[in-house]
Amino acid sequence: MAWFDNGWGLSLIVFLPIAGALVILLAPKKNLTAIKSFGLMFTALPVLLAAVMIARFDYGHASTFQFGTNLSWIASINARYHIGIDGISFPLLVLSTVLTLLAVIYTFNHWPEPYNPKAFMALILVLGTAMNGTFVALDLVLFFVFFELVLLPMYFMIGIWGDKTMMKVPGFKIEAETRLYAAIKFFVFTLFGSAFMLLGFLALYYRSGDFLASGARTFDIPTLIDLGSQGLFTGTFAFLVFGALFLGFAVKVPMWPLHTWLPDAHTAAPTVGSVLLAGILLKLGSYGFIRISLPILPQEAHRWAPAIAILAVIGIIYGALACLAQTDMKRLIAFSSVGHMGFVMLGISTLTVVGINAAVIGMVAHGLITGLLFFVAGSMAHRYHTREMAKLGGNQTLMPKMGAILSFTAIASLGLPGLAGFWGEFMSLVGSYNPAFGLDLGVFRTAMVFGAIGTVLTAGYMLWMLQRVNLGVPSAEWDSHALIDTDVYELTAWVPLMVLIVAVGVFPKLVFGATNGAVVALVAKAFGG
Amino acid sequence: MVFAAEEVMVHATDGGWLAQWAWLIVVAPFVAMVAIVFFGKRMPRKGGEVAVGAMGFVFVYAAALLILNITKGVIYQHSIQVAQLGNVSVEWGWVVDGLSTMMYFVVGILSFLVFTYAIGYMKGDVRETWFFAAFSLFVGSMLVLVSAPNLIQLIVGWEGVGLSSYLLIGHYWEEKENSSAGMKAFYTNKIADVGLIIGAIVLGTAVGSFRYSDILDAAASNSSVLVPVAVLGGVLLFIGAMGKSAQFPFHVWLPDAMAGPTPVSSLMHAATMVTAGVYLVARMYPLYAGMASDMRVLIVIIGTVTLLIAGLLAIVQDDLKRVLAYSTVSQLGYMVAALGAGGYTAGLFHLWTHAFFKGLLFLTAGSIIHAVHSNNMSDMGGLRKQMPVTFWSFTSASLALVAIIPFAGFFSKDEILATLGNNGYTWAMWIGILGAFITAFYMGRAMFLTFFGSYKGEAHVHESPGVMAVPMAILAVASLIAGWVNIPGVYEGFHHWVTGRAIAFPSFSTEGFDVPVMLTGLGFALAGIIVAYFVYFRDAETQQARDRVRIPVLWPLLEHKYYLDDLYLATLINPIKGPIARAVNWTNSYIIDGIVNGAGVVARILARFVYGDLDQKGIDLAVNTAAIVTGSAGGQARRLQTGKVQQYAAMTVAGAVLLVIAIVIFT
Amino acid sequence: MSLVQFLVLGAFMFSLGVYGLLVRRNAVMVLLAIELMLNAVNLNLIAFEAALRTTFAGGQIFAIFAITVAAAEVGIGLAIVLLIFRNRRSVNVDELDVMRW
Repeated sequence: MAWFDNGWGLSLIVFLPIAGALVILLAPKKNLTAIKSFGLMFTALPVLLAAVMIARFDYGHASTFQFGTNLSWIASINARYHIGIDGISFPLLVLSTVLTLLAVIYTFNHWPEPYNPKAFMALILVLGTAMNGTFVALDLVLFFVFFELVLLPMYFMIGIWGDKTMMKVPGFKIEAETRLYAAIKFFVFTLFGSAFMLLGFLALYYRSGDFLASGARTFDIPTLIDLGSQGLFTGTFAFLVFGALFLGFAVKVPMWPLHTWLPDAHTAAPTVGSVLLAGILLKLGSYGFIRISLPILPQEAHRWAPAIAILAVIGIIYGALACLAQTDMKRLIAFSSVGHMGFVMLGISTLTVVGINAAVIGMVAHGLITGLLFFVAGSMAHRYHTREMAKLGGNQTLMPKMGAILSFTAIASLGLPGLAGFWGEFMSLVGSYNPAFGLDLGVFRTAMVFGAIGTVLTAGYMLWMLQRVNLGVPSAEWDSHALIDTDVYELTAWVPLMVLIVAVGVFPKLVFGATNGAVVALVAKAFGG
Repeated sequence: MVFAAEEVMVHATDGGWLAQWAWLIVVAPFVAMVAIVFFGKRMPRKGGEVAVGAMGFVFVYAAALLILNITKGVIYQHSIQVAQLGNVSVEWGWVVDGLSTMMYFVVGILSFLVFTYAIGYMKGDVRETWFFAAFSLFVGSMLVLVSAPNLIQLIVGWEGVGLSSYLLIGHYWEEKENSSAGMKAFYTNKIADVGLIIGAIVLGTAVGSFRYSDILDAAASNSSVLVPVAVLGGVLLFIGAMGKSAQFPFHVWLPDAMAGPTPVSSLMHAATMVTAGVYLVARMYPLYAGMASDMRVLIVIIGTVTLLIAGLLAIVQDDLKRVLAYSTVSQLGYMVAALGAGGYTAGLFHLWTHAFFKGLLFLTAGSIIHAVHSNNMSDMGGLRKQMPVTFWSFTSASLALVAIIPFAGFFSKDEILATLGNNGYTWAMWIGILGAFITAFYMGRAMFLTFFGSYKGEAHVHESPGVMAVPMAILAVASLIAGWVNIPGVYEGFHHWVTGRAIAFPSFSTEGFDVPVMLTGLGFALAGIIVAYFVYFRDAETQQARDRVRIPVLWPLLEHKYYLDDLYLATLINPIKGPIARAVNWTNSYIIDGIVNGAGVVARILARFVYGDLDQKGIDLAVNTAAIVTGSAGGQARRLQTGKVQQYAAMTVAGAVLLVIAIVIFT
Repeated sequence: MSLVQFLVLGAFMFSLGVYGLLVRRNAVMVLLAIELMLNAVNLNLIAFEAALRTTFAGGQIFAIFAITVAAAEVGIGLAIVLLIFRNRRSVNVDELDVMRW
């Protein structure tokens, strides 16, 4: 199995989906079976490979980059094909492969309008490659390629298969189709941040040449981490680079106040688009912080940490309050993502083992839970032809199974202990109470208190949403509609997520078993333990 | 006259296989829940039989553990690590010691009896299967809470019972008030849980471990790591306890929780879930008795205030369940006050007896409501003839609640009053005695309005079936004898049971017979019954006439629950849900997003300018002009070609002449 | 006889020829004018040759060339004029402007 361990395993996981996309492009448009089978095959194989990896991963050395390889790619700028996973990226990679597979299964019976399975399936697969690739990339150029590649399929998914209704842009006398507005906004906003991020990468590249023995500059992340942990990136340079990277990652997280693309993208996107957007794409930003910003620029991270904590907590409270004012179900869930990622960023900002562990499990949990929430919301919107919560109501009576799953997921989302969401929230509060040495206790403990208050507000809007949508008596307008409860494809896609949510909730070692080793090493290396 | 404090000698074994397998009682209800969810609908009793079976198992095992504790004493705990985050260790486990075996038994016996009762009560319900599943989830969560060896597992169980409470209170969610009541319970608890979570984090971080044994060890040994945070931690944990145990000002959810089916009210909101807060304080007692003892006066104040205001509120309720709900709040106030005053045994003893008689009271209320199809006492009256079992059970439980000797409540309430008096809280003791009067008064009122006089309603009244009557009868007997396990000087078993803890702590005393206090309390209680008799015994047609004691200002204040609910709604809930949330959303759409959209609009304007003016009318203009000039120049130049030879010749000659001249000039 | 007299005669004849070339409307007269110019040139050539016999002896030869070319050119020129007359019934050069823009 040496071939598997030395890069082929990971490369297959990353590139099989896009290979599948190419195969699908060759398939005839009318042959739905072929499209579905190829889609299924090329997303199931990565999951199987990931399962093999789960068995073969060395949990004792979770801080080392495993299954990797380091090949020459663009020799002229010393950009290499360096991939590998450690305890931090491994759970996220598994999440990415699983969610892509489940999204494909779901979409077998839920093709969005306009009906074009070939194109849509191909885009899902391209997206899968891009997402998987970002988590395994250990070279800044490679990371950037995948990071940006994610935008294209999502742009088309939103722009073509999104919500076609017209919307008014608030505050301006402009009307546009929701999908077009949202797609452009998502793409340009993210790209805006990424442009600065690229500058940051280039700055690090050029500076690395000053410190490396051979004078050769490098994009290699582990090498840069080595340099960074020795404290070689300092002063204004570090400040500007951290700021540039911050912009790029913060837009993706999304951190307040750079979050406004998210609600529009989610309301406009088709169900599968929302699921993958919330489930994985949001993780790319916070993953970037943990993988790149923190280890390479630890002193700078230390200086920025209180500001990040404050922004994170604002995100938590702000997201929750905005949720309470929503009328659109998917928009409410979108704002809830802003709140949840606030907890993730709070955990990261503490710069402690507990905090960063909390962030990673928070990411995994959010991917599972909010992914499932968007699945259900999308299915409901598809059946009711509306996302307006005022019109929905009594869903539990009309579609019992769907209502039960919605309740389960909403309760998981509010961080009930025993389910996956609790660990991210609770542990980031623990980390916030006891942040890294040298960080202002006042700021972080206040952040902790507000974070705890945030959990109350989160419970507030989730139960309120459930009451409006699920409970009560259904409105008369649904009497004539034949509302079909969950079908096989939906259940096949959703049950694994529910099982995982409970499993991670009851046995968090499923995630921490991998992450803890890596996080301990990361914090020790960056901040001297 | 108080008997001297006793030396703590913890004779205990490690419990053997009985303790090692005790985790089964925690897991059994969850197994039952899963079985009910998947198979319940097909069963004859809709899954109820699975639930009762599981609760029976829990009861039997818990009884075995209790007997083990009584006979030999047991102190055992076992934890399995489920996560490691740096120095923080997360574990699931279970504890078997004096306190937890008592709680297991209370949960076990009450669950078993109430579940049996529920088989009859919930028959034909719109969601019978789901009810038993959720109810099993509750018992499982409660056991997770009580068995927890560390604060994190406690929080898991704590929120689990909160969730079950939400689900079960809102069981009839077709009506909005019911789901709203469930949400109110959840929110109030969640707000208080902020205190619990922060308290757990504070204490756990200071000690470096979330395990009780580590924290309480540190507390008992006055460890320096705890010095800065002991009082804060104590206060925060108590805030959490206030939410769950419905102490003022977090009590507002409990009366509304009566929207749930009566078995829920009986088990959760009388006997078990609401006692979780009392349990927490008792569990953390080494902290409260020692390092955090400065804040104990706060506990006493809260407990005393609660017992008084809730008792007063019980007087004005027409809904029988609400009378009992406020009574529960009031009794919880007694328990909390006792713990605050140093009465570890007293508070837990009252928890024990209260579980039996209050649980029973709710069952009888359910029995009545089932027969009469109304919750309101104005639709009842004269029921004692048609519902004898219910009546005698109610009487037994009421006498216990009112604390008439030799019923259970007498011993526990007396011990509380003695504790308060003998530890310097005489004011609290007097309020407690006044509370005894109030308790007797409202229970007398309830009794007379419900069972005496003539029947005011129209339903066909009959006694409840056996499956409901038998549990009531059993609890009626328990309401009589449950107090006999801790008679000072005669048999102080309970005291020994619950003090079987791994950690010794001061004020391990139990109060003896303080005869003056005892007699005063008894006197006030009897007085309450007598006054109630005179006011309510004579039949009255209308609720107005019945409530002859309507005091002008006091009555409306009580009817509106001191306007607390209105206050919370107006200052907290409605602003957050309404204007504040909308303001945030507006800021998001118009200001933050306004900047984003504005950037887009500015970009478009800039683009239009750059393209339209700079490019098309500017640069392109130059390009086009060059082309036009070239064209017109060509157009002019071709006019030279006239086709006339002579003109060409003329030009040639002219050119030649010029050339010659030029040559001549320049050479 | 001095050289200048012959040169003046030659210039006079050349100017007449130019005048005729530019002004006369009849194509045959234009050709005549061209012949006059050619003769003037021949005269110049002979006069210079007579004056510069020791340094430049090619004048007579050049004149014979010019006469030969003139003869050939007139032959063809008149042939073209005849054909134009046959096609257009006129030899007025002012009317011959087909080849223009």
